[in-house]
Amino acid sequence: MTESNLPFRKRRWEILMLVSLAAGILWTLVSRVPSAVDAPLSTSPSPREGFLAPDFTLDTLDGTKVTLSKLRGKIVLINLWATWCPPCRAEMPALENAYKQYKDSGVVVLGLNVTNQDSEKDIPPFVDEFGLTFPILLDRDGSVSALYQLKGLPTTYFVNREGIIRTVVVGGPMNETFIRSKIEALLQEIP
Amino acid sequence: MFPYLRLGPFILPMASLVLLAGLWLGLPLIEREAARLKINASMLSNIIFYSLLAGLVGARLGYALEFPNVYLAKPLSLLALTPTTLSPSMGFSVSLITFVIFIQRKGLPLRPTLDALAPGLALFMVFVGFAHILSGDAFGAPTNVPWAIRLWNEYRHPSQFYETFLALTILLVIRERFPKPEGAGLNFLLTIALSSASRVFLESFRGDDIFWPGGFREAQVIALVIMAISFYWIRKWMNTYSTGNIKSHERGGIHVKR
Repeated sequence: MTESNLPFRKRRWEILMLVSLAAGILWTLVSRVPSAVDAPLSTSPSPREGFLAPDFTLDTLDGTKVTLSKLRGKIVLINLWATWCPPCRAEMPALENAYKQYKDSGVVVLGLNVTNQDSEKDIPPFVDEFGLTFPILLDRDGSVSALYQLKGLPTTYFVNREGIIRTVVVGGPMNETFIRSKIEALLQEIP
Repeated sequence: MFPYLRLGPFILPMASLVLLAGLWLGLPLIEREAARLKINASMLSNIIFYSLLAGLVGARLGYALEFPNVYLAKPLSLLALTPTTLSPSMGFSVSLITFVIFIQRKGLPLRPTLDALAPGLALFMVFVGFAHILSGDAFGAPTNVPWAIRLWNEYRHPSQFYETFLALTILLVIRERFPKPEGAGLNFLLTIALSSASRVFLESFRGDDIFWPGGFREAQVIALVIMAISFYWIRKWMNTYSTGNIKSHERGGIHVKR
């Protein structure tokens, strides 16, 4: 192409850009969803960030029952673990410290043992070894692990006061700073 | 979808590995384009490496600044290998600033250097799409179209596939001899403009938007602004090219006219 064609080609590109921009503005206006402002991402529960945490009721080690939905209004950490899992063992002290530090601020840690892949008799010695004071839940039939589509141990879900999952951590171990920073972020959320 | 790679006690998300692969394959493209534009390819490669490194450090420090008390209590946690304790916006800003400072200090011509980045950037965007396919992130809005996919308990637009397809199209446009505005720096601007335009279009099919008052989608509005800015600079740089009012250091070794 010759230099004499330049003004013509420039004009052609200018028109194309103007039309593209107008189309973009129009599309943005047309695809607005006024009803979606402040609405939750999805009302259907799913084990991923931005969704409601799937509800469950499980027995605890001391014989009581815990239902996740009844903890609405509190920040909940759901930690799926097993006694034989080395990273689970490694992150237990950090979870316990975080629980002790934040339980008075409305933070609950649920240690959800994947009991169908573990030995129930090994759990009390494990709890004693680490001096765990947060509730230990027993997923005896693996239904909650399945509900949460467990991909590996440990897995931790950070759930906000509205029951929405904010962070999912597959694998570990998490250190105390990490856990605290995630809890602080949830505490900073305006209810 | 959503595979993890287990390496002993470590569980690595495949999506992160795909992004690393995108970087790994994108860099040679950038070096080849740099050589074609008669820019010092190894110098540019080093600058990119240092910019990414600075971005990583900036992202971690940016995250730590959000929770100063937590990190002051255990400063060594700054070194922890946890990808969810990064601030993407801070990382991007630091990376960009580092890149600009380095190319100025090393005397690389701005516009051809940006052009050298274009194919690598376009390829990386394809890998971002692949990563989203693997992770299930950037998922679509619920729909009943025949090609909907079952994801996160609902039938949804396969938005990750749309994204990958458009990114591949952009890569083709950038790499091949399609008609493009001519002049140094314009291939890069075109990559940004096309990527923004695809985001403006695709965002309507996404199910993970943040909404602004009036029901505007945050990412769509931001992409629209970036698209407008890109168009403004394309027009401006086309003007300097057509009038010949371009500084020699901005032009680089050759014109980028294909």
